[in-house]
Amino acid sequence: MDINQTPLYRRRKRLNQLVMVLCQLATLIGFVFLFAILFTLVTKGIGAISPSTFVERTRMNGGGLGNAIWGTFVMTCAATVIGTVIGVAAGTWLAEYSGKGLMAKVIRFINDILLSAPSIIIGLFIYAVVVVPMGNFSGWAGVLALTVIIVPVVIRSTEDMLRLIPNSLREAAAALGAHRWWIIVRVCYSGARAGIMTGILLGFARISGETAPLLFTSLNSNQWNFFDLGSEMANLPMTIYQNMTINAFIPDLVALAWGGALILTAAILILNIAARYFSRQRS
Amino acid sequence: MTADIHLDQKRDAGAVEAAAAPQVATKLRVNDLNLYYGKFQAIKNVTMEIPERQVTAFIGPSGCGKSTLIRCFNRIHDLYEGIRTEGQILLDEHDIYDTGIDLNLLRSRVGMVFQKPTPFPMSVFDNVAFGIRLYEKLSARDLEERVEWALRKAALWNEVKDKLKQSGQALSGGQQQRLCIARTIAVKPEVILLDEPTSALDPISTGYIEDLINELKKDYTIVIVTHNMQQAARISDITAFMYLGSLIECDDTTKIFTQPKESRTEDYITGRYG
Amino acid sequence: MATTNAIQASGLGHLSDATRKRLQRKARIDVWFERTLFAFAFAVLLLLGAIIASLMFSSWPAIQRYGLDFFTENRWAANVEVFGALPAIYGTLLTSFIAIVIAVPVSFGIAIFLTEQCPGFLRQPLSTLIELLAGIPSIIYGMWGMEVLAPLLRTWFPSVFPAGTGLATAGIILAVMIIPFITAVARDVINTVPAVMRESAYGLGCTTWEVTRRVILPSVKGGLVGGVVLGLGRALGETMAVTFVIGNNLFLSTTLTGQGTSIAALIANQFSESDGTQRSALLALGLILFLITFAVLAFARYLLRNSTGRHA
Repeated sequence: MDINQTPLYRRRKRLNQLVMVLCQLATLIGFVFLFAILFTLVTKGIGAISPSTFVERTRMNGGGLGNAIWGTFVMTCAATVIGTVIGVAAGTWLAEYSGKGLMAKVIRFINDILLSAPSIIIGLFIYAVVVVPMGNFSGWAGVLALTVIIVPVVIRSTEDMLRLIPNSLREAAAALGAHRWWIIVRVCYSGARAGIMTGILLGFARISGETAPLLFTSLNSNQWNFFDLGSEMANLPMTIYQNMTINAFIPDLVALAWGGALILTAAILILNIAARYFSRQRS
Repeated sequence: MTADIHLDQKRDAGAVEAAAAPQVATKLRVNDLNLYYGKFQAIKNVTMEIPERQVTAFIGPSGCGKSTLIRCFNRIHDLYEGIRTEGQILLDEHDIYDTGIDLNLLRSRVGMVFQKPTPFPMSVFDNVAFGIRLYEKLSARDLEERVEWALRKAALWNEVKDKLKQSGQALSGGQQQRLCIARTIAVKPEVILLDEPTSALDPISTGYIEDLINELKKDYTIVIVTHNMQQAARISDITAFMYLGSLIECDDTTKIFTQPKESRTEDYITGRYG
Repeated sequence: MATTNAIQASGLGHLSDATRKRLQRKARIDVWFERTLFAFAFAVLLLLGAIIASLMFSSWPAIQRYGLDFFTENRWAANVEVFGALPAIYGTLLTSFIAIVIAVPVSFGIAIFLTEQCPGFLRQPLSTLIELLAGIPSIIYGMWGMEVLAPLLRTWFPSVFPAGTGLATAGIILAVMIIPFITAVARDVINTVPAVMRESAYGLGCTTWEVTRRVILPSVKGGLVGGVVLGLGRALGETMAVTFVIGNNLFLSTTLTGQGTSIAALIANQFSESDGTQRSALLALGLILFLITFAVLAFARYLLRNSTGRHA
């Protein structure tokens, strides 16, 4: 008897087809939603963008997004620089020195907690420890909030990438008489550089789109503020948020918010693609 | 301190002696060495001598402790926790387990090449210069000369002289292993430890490296761990057979392979187990 | 030949004073290098302590005033100084629950499609696309929910979604937001199953679904559940995707589709204009949210302890 014709086999085959169709359906639904979002973003955003969007400051009528884009750029860069120093150092300790001790386990666990801590909590924390004592919202407060968010990302990727460096390389360098710090700086970092850079870029992308931690820290402003991190600093996510909520009665500002959203998303996607390019260079 | 355990004059003296008589100086002396990974004892009461400027080969089945033993000679075990040793290892009659020994200096005198090639993620030139720069401040010209000298010694110069700026990791497996040997001899160690240096290589590269070992023993004391008994027979002067952490027998290579004293040695080299 | 000799002669001989000094200096750097790195690592620990301490300190007045009533009071009314956390906690948990119920089957379906069925030429582009979409800032999801999804729901199902916005709408938006994330994690852990496992199951005559159900999913169960819980952690703490669409009703909603609020949305809406007890109560809400996500993440870590991939 042909085995293909048994009822059991036919039932199995039908079940398989059913599940496969359901999976395809899930894929279709998922991508329809995601493409719908991208479609809305592009159609609503593109019309609001003109060259002047990038050079003019935000106003209650008309205006552009120049100061907000600049503010986001400055705060994100500052947070990334500070976060890289802290994150690479702490990540290196976890990968190279921590051993199997309890301290390492605790720090790693806490880092995981911070990695997925709600970003609005980070905003509250910086508000309590920076904004209240200083007496005003400031660019620095925003920078610190973003730093707290990027540090765990950099720690994680630094540790993971250093762990990919085979121990035999460390042994080989030690067998030549190199000191431990020199092995790390010269051998381990050169091997892990591309991976760590990827992590930093992804972290940069992530914090550049964060809104919640800026609500109570840097706040927002309609003025140009180039490097005065001591006072309120305009930024793109907050501008989008305010234009969509408290300024939602002004159609121009809502349109501008969509333009800003498109610029922000495009920048983040480009950063993500750049990060992938970096990590591909590694292998 | 450690400064006392250098040996240039001794090396010269040894050379004269060797020319005068077949008697050779002892470079490394192992006295009743025991090693534990936690509770597991990996080396049991090993006592032996390793003669200067000869090739000493360690053979034995997998897990017999031969790699573990030679990794004691430059104390590379000290990178890890949970490994404990008892006994002595004397390098030129100075115990390398003495307190106050500078491990980095020790390792610059006892070089090591590993089973899998370990080129650093940097250029061919920087790979070789890595160890030199650690202990010597050379002018750019002297450094170039030294790198060339090491690469020539390792029989690699002709193949890489046009790609010194390329990544060391882009070379073939056999070239990478010779690059590691060049990197090791560039620091001018006195002892070179080779831990199964050809087990990851093809027969042609293996041949290159065996010729190289033959060449290098004129200047260096060489200790090699190998899985391959033919290789031990071809290149070594002394062969040591280890089994389950103990040193069973250590003698001239010809004796080990023709008339071993121990039946276990005979069983192993005739392929009855292992 | 002459060069060779010269080089050999310059090799390591006696330790010169200079070499000895260099060695000592490098050994000192070794010590300080490790200490510095440890100080930075330890700072991470202090950071968490500081976050919890500062939240507790600044929410103390509210905790003292309301005690456990804070959890049972179902109104949040600033004008009468009555602050109950129940509506916000309820909204946070409910929206996240809805999000997980929708996102898990869809994400697993996509992951299975990508790893088991997808034609080769589409596999890489679609996987890359999913990972890129996981990077879109959450505010974009919120804007889309408010401007596109809510009006659509109101038009299509006026009886179910009278306002368009509400707890269910927020749940849907959260689901769309975490689908790329959970899919990416699920795809990664499924890809860790060795090809031979798959091949040997197919070799016995299993269908694709049987291979997936009996061989692949069981061997990566821990990783999958861990990924879902991490997705849940994101949903619980999300502010921007929720604030736009949850309706911001400060009283306990009795229906799934009714308007409500969540902890993050409430903080985002009221914190700037608050002071005194209200501000303290909002900070107490923040502390509760932090503890909830802390517990969820600790649980995820417990589940992921044996799986190879590390995600977050």
